[in-house]
Amino acid sequence: MKFTEEHEWLRADGDVFVVGITEYAAEQLGDVVFVELPEDGSDVKKDDEIVVIESVKVASDIKAPLDGTIVAVNEKLADAPALVNEDPLGEGWFFKMRIDDASAVEALMDEAAYKAMIS
Amino acid sequence: MPDLKRTALYELHQELGAKMVPFAGYEMPVQYPPGVMKEHLHTRRAAGLFDVSHMGQVIVRGADAAAQLETLVPASLAGLGESRQRYGLFTNDDGGILDDLMIANRGDHLFLVVNAACKDADIAHMRANLSCPVEVVDDRALLALQGPAAEAVLTDIVPGVSAMRFMDVIVTDSAFGEVWISRSGYTGEDGFEVSVADDQAVALARALLASDDVEPVGLGARDSLRLEAGLYLYGNDIDTGTSPVEAGLSWSIQKVRRTGGDRAGGFPGAERILSELDNGASRRRVGLLPEGRAPMRDGTPLFDSETADKPVGHVTSGAFGPTVERPVSMGYVPTAMAETGTRLFGEVRGKRMPVTVADLPFTPANFKR
Repeated sequence: MKFTEEHEWLRADGDVFVVGITEYAAEQLGDVVFVELPEDGSDVKKDDEIVVIESVKVASDIKAPLDGTIVAVNEKLADAPALVNEDPLGEGWFFKMRIDDASAVEALMDEAAYKAMIS
Repeated sequence: MPDLKRTALYELHQELGAKMVPFAGYEMPVQYPPGVMKEHLHTRRAAGLFDVSHMGQVIVRGADAAAQLETLVPASLAGLGESRQRYGLFTNDDGGILDDLMIANRGDHLFLVVNAACKDADIAHMRANLSCPVEVVDDRALLALQGPAAEAVLTDIVPGVSAMRFMDVIVTDSAFGEVWISRSGYTGEDGFEVSVADDQAVALARALLASDDVEPVGLGARDSLRLEAGLYLYGNDIDTGTSPVEAGLSWSIQKVRRTGGDRAGGFPGAERILSELDNGASRRRVGLLPEGRAPMRDGTPLFDSETADKPVGHVTSGAFGPTVERPVSMGYVPTAMAETGTRLFGEVRGKRMPVTVADLPFTPANFKR
C-alpha cells in the first residue's frame, strides 16, 4: 500500500489501483455524512479535486493522486457514508483508477514514511 | 493556544479526551472521543452534559431594573413573574439584533445569560445606558444538562428540580454550594442550566457524569442539536443586519410592548420593529430541507430557479442532522417564498441543488411545560 501527502492510500488491484483515505484522515474529519464521487470513466489529472467529503464539521476535497482514468466508484458510500469512518482502509474506499504512468506509484510514500509524516 | 481563556472545567475536558478549539476567546471542547454524531444522539436519547461557562452571567440590580432593561430589550420584563425566565434580544437603533439572551426574574434582581462572543459589548452597552448596577458574575461556571434523562439525574443531586417547569428558575443550596438553576437549554430537549461556583464546578460535573445516562457533549453536537431544534445561533442566523420580525422572533416581543400596548416601544429600533410587527417584513427566516444527503452550509446562496442569475436569499446555518438523518438548514428568503413547501435551489460547489422550505423545528421540542 502507498500513501500521499493528502492522506490517501492506493492499493493495487490487478492493473488498477483502489484509492481511499487513511484512518488518520478519517479521524480528523469526524463523522462523514456525505461523499460526492467522480464520474465513472472520467479522466483526471493529479491534484484535480475529484471527491468531496462532508463531515459533521466541514467539507473537504480529495485530490486525484496521479493522472489517470476512473474505472469504478464505491456506490455504497451514497447510502452509507459512515463506511469511511468505520472501515477507511477497506469498505470505505472511494474509487478505482487506471494510472497513466503506473511507475509513478512507486515514488509515493510507503507506510513507514506516511506514519513518520503524521507523527 | 495563547491568550485564550479557560473555564473551570478545562482540566476535566482534557481528562475526558476532548478535542479543544478556540471559540469566542475561550479554549472549548468541540467534541469528545465518541464524536459529534454519537454525542448528539446520546443527548436526545438520555442526557448530555455541556460546559457553557464561556457564556456571560450578569446581574442587574435595582428596584427599577426591569423597567430600565426594557429600554434596551423589546421583551416585557416588568411583566416577567418572579422565578421565571424569558428569552429576549438587545436591539440597535436600526432594528437589528445586537445579541440574544435569557433574562430571569430573581426577586430583587434580574439574572442574565448572554452569548460569549457578545458579552463584553453587552455589558458595556448596559453600563452605558442603564443607571442601575450591572454586575458581571465571573466566578461561576455554567453547566447544561440536556435530554430526557436530565430531570432524573439532576433530582438525585438537587432534590426539587422535578417540580420546575420549562423556563422556571431557582436558587438553592446543594452539596456543591449555592446553585442557580433554570429549566431551559439550547437543544430542544428538556433540561437544565446550572450555575455553580468555579471551585465546585468539577465536582458537580463529575457527580453528573457518574450517571450511566450522562455523557459529555461538545460544541459540535451543541450546534447540530440547536439547528435541528430550529434555535438561533447569534452571528449566523441573527445579527445586526436582521430584525426580530425577519428572524421570526416576533414571539419574543410581548403584546404590551407592541403598538397599542401599555408599554409600547421605548427600545432601540422600535420604529422599524413595531412597523414590521404591524405590516410584516420583506423577508423571513425559514427552515430548509435540501434534497439528497449533501449539507447546505451557511453562506450557500439560494435561487428561485435553476437558471436565475440573482440569489433571492442565503443559508445562515446548515449541517447534517443526526436525529432526522438528513441535512437541515435555515436561511432567509423573500416573504413571498417563505411558505412551507416552496421549492428553491441552493448553489453548492457550482451546482444548483433543490431545497424545500420547511416548518421549524425539524425535531419536536420536548420541553416540560
